[in-house]
Amino acid sequence: MAVLDIRDLSVSYATPRGALKALRDVTMKVPEGKITGIVGESGCGKSTLISAIIRLMAPNAKVGSGEVRFKGEDLLSRSEAEMRALRGTEISMVFQDPMQTHNPVLTVGRQMIDIQYRDKLSKADKRKRATEMLALVGIPDPQARLNQYPFEFSGGMRQRIAIAMALMAKPSLLIADEPTTALDATLEVQIIKRLRELQDEIGCSILFISHHLGVIAELCDEVVVMYAGEVVESGTVRDVFHNPAHPYTRALLECDPGHIKVRTRNLPTIPGNIPDLVSLPTGCIFADRCDVRYDACGARPVMATASSGHQAACHLIAEKEPA
Amino acid sequence: MSALLQIRDVFVRFRLRGGIFSSVGTIDAVTGVSLDIEEGKTYGIVGESGSGKTTLARAVAGLHHASEGSILYRGQELRDLPEAEFRELRREIVMMFQDPIGSLSPRLTIKSLITEPFRIQGMGDRDLDTEAKRLLTMVGLPAEFAARYPYQISGGQARRVGVARALALDPKLLIADEPTAGLDVSIQGEMLNLLARLQDEMGLAIMIITHNLNVVRHITDTVGIMYMGKLVEEGPTEEVFARPQHPYTLALLAANPEPDPDAQLMRVELSGEPPSILRRPKGCEFHTRCPFVQPRCSTDVPVWTAAGEGAHRCHFPEIWTREEAVAS
Repeated sequence: MAVLDIRDLSVSYATPRGALKALRDVTMKVPEGKITGIVGESGCGKSTLISAIIRLMAPNAKVGSGEVRFKGEDLLSRSEAEMRALRGTEISMVFQDPMQTHNPVLTVGRQMIDIQYRDKLSKADKRKRATEMLALVGIPDPQARLNQYPFEFSGGMRQRIAIAMALMAKPSLLIADEPTTALDATLEVQIIKRLRELQDEIGCSILFISHHLGVIAELCDEVVVMYAGEVVESGTVRDVFHNPAHPYTRALLECDPGHIKVRTRNLPTIPGNIPDLVSLPTGCIFADRCDVRYDACGARPVMATASSGHQAACHLIAEKEPA
Repeated sequence: MSALLQIRDVFVRFRLRGGIFSSVGTIDAVTGVSLDIEEGKTYGIVGESGSGKTTLARAVAGLHHASEGSILYRGQELRDLPEAEFRELRREIVMMFQDPIGSLSPRLTIKSLITEPFRIQGMGDRDLDTEAKRLLTMVGLPAEFAARYPYQISGGQARRVGVARALALDPKLLIADEPTAGLDVSIQGEMLNLLARLQDEMGLAIMIITHNLNVVRHITDTVGIMYMGKLVEEGPTEEVFARPQHPYTLALLAANPEPDPDAQLMRVELSGEPPSILRRPKGCEFHTRCPFVQPRCSTDVPVWTAAGEGAHRCHFPEIWTREEAVAS
């Protein structure tokens, strides 16, 4: 069973120009014990999707339709109190900026003990657990470092502490929003390796958001590609990266300079801009920038199966699909 | 012919201000960097946070004072040059800053922003409408953009405005600090292609500062790798990518995950984090993280050693460039 099962979720923001349709009919899953990646560029709706899952939405956001099922139950119908009980215990999150996640005026130990406020343990036991968690994420000499303040740790260390805190309650789902973007490449690989090991040890499911294709390829089991508020492709990383079915995924992979081994002074790009999400085009959302568009693209495509477990929202796939 | 820009043994030192009771010290952000940038060529400086790459760039642009060494532009010493004289040179040496929107004043139109260099350099009597149109066309933006304000354009377009403004006076040397940071991959290529095209058209020399090796690979002729304020390796770009000499270069190359789940990973993992530049390790400054560390590395400082067409700062490049060491 999927830990997280999102069905036809639509979210819009009220703006002076009208409703900005940030998410439209998003359907995706995070299977039990797996790492699912969401990849997409600025404005694709990644952040809106996370805020809808944990129900920490901007005041002008409105869920139009859909379900966010967590372990079979729809989170959208829960009360605020029920959501609060869920956050940090069942679902926890690691944010992008490790420099601003922690309280600067409290020691790391104090913060790690404080977040265990729900547990009826002695303070010494809580401290012991904090020490164990720090050791688990690879911080040397954890006992002593609990007495230090966030500024005494480097960015990579702070992100490890954030991960330790997020995993403290052994959540079923960890949401990681670009956790390595602010880190240097050599530290990024350390964190990714550690996340993979922790997932094996703790057995939680991870929803990992990134714009970095290489990181997704290395860490995730499955991947969901988003563009301008829609899911355009989903499947195992192997299927999606080796046989991209949607022209956007294909173009995105081609643009990644990590892919291009031969030196060139003319790098591939995707010409054009993402469409205006207030007044959307009627047909396929990517048609404007697509190099294989044809007559059918004037109508909105539905998700079609490219191969078992691998889907894409493109008319070309639907055409090839056996009736 | 000598190089357009010659940097020799440059140190940039900052005074460290402590609290009321602590003593005042200094930190060396750049420690003895030497490099040449030829006319019409691109030099990429690669390094991670705190490696001193931006400090070095700002010293060349006259925004930081170099404490020691020499920075020669066409044979003229830039270090200790009075600001009034440096101002003249800013027609020829221009800097493009990292934050594209933040470096554009929100109150000025795109036209005033890109023609500002003319006014600053006392050339405000030119037909600024025509100049604005020429510059926008040059960077591939529609002429109507002249009337817009920075908040009305996207991040990628703001970068183009940054390029137009930097190149307004037809400079000889462009210093670009992280020109693609924060851009999506689909438009990152546009920016690099634009720089490459303008370089060909204008014969511009470019110094690119970046932490992204993928950017360097395609656009630069020469690359220098910085670690803790020093160059640890330098060479022709293709050479450095094919046969890195310093283990830090290898680790950087390997830390660049490929968009392929089955990619053969040549992972060189570094342990720990970069040491503080206040407490520099003895010997080779990389030895605390080097996976191939030898006893000698913690005592002897490696010297700058020529190898092939490049040079490096490593005692034992032969240890790990042997194929079996790399493959294991």
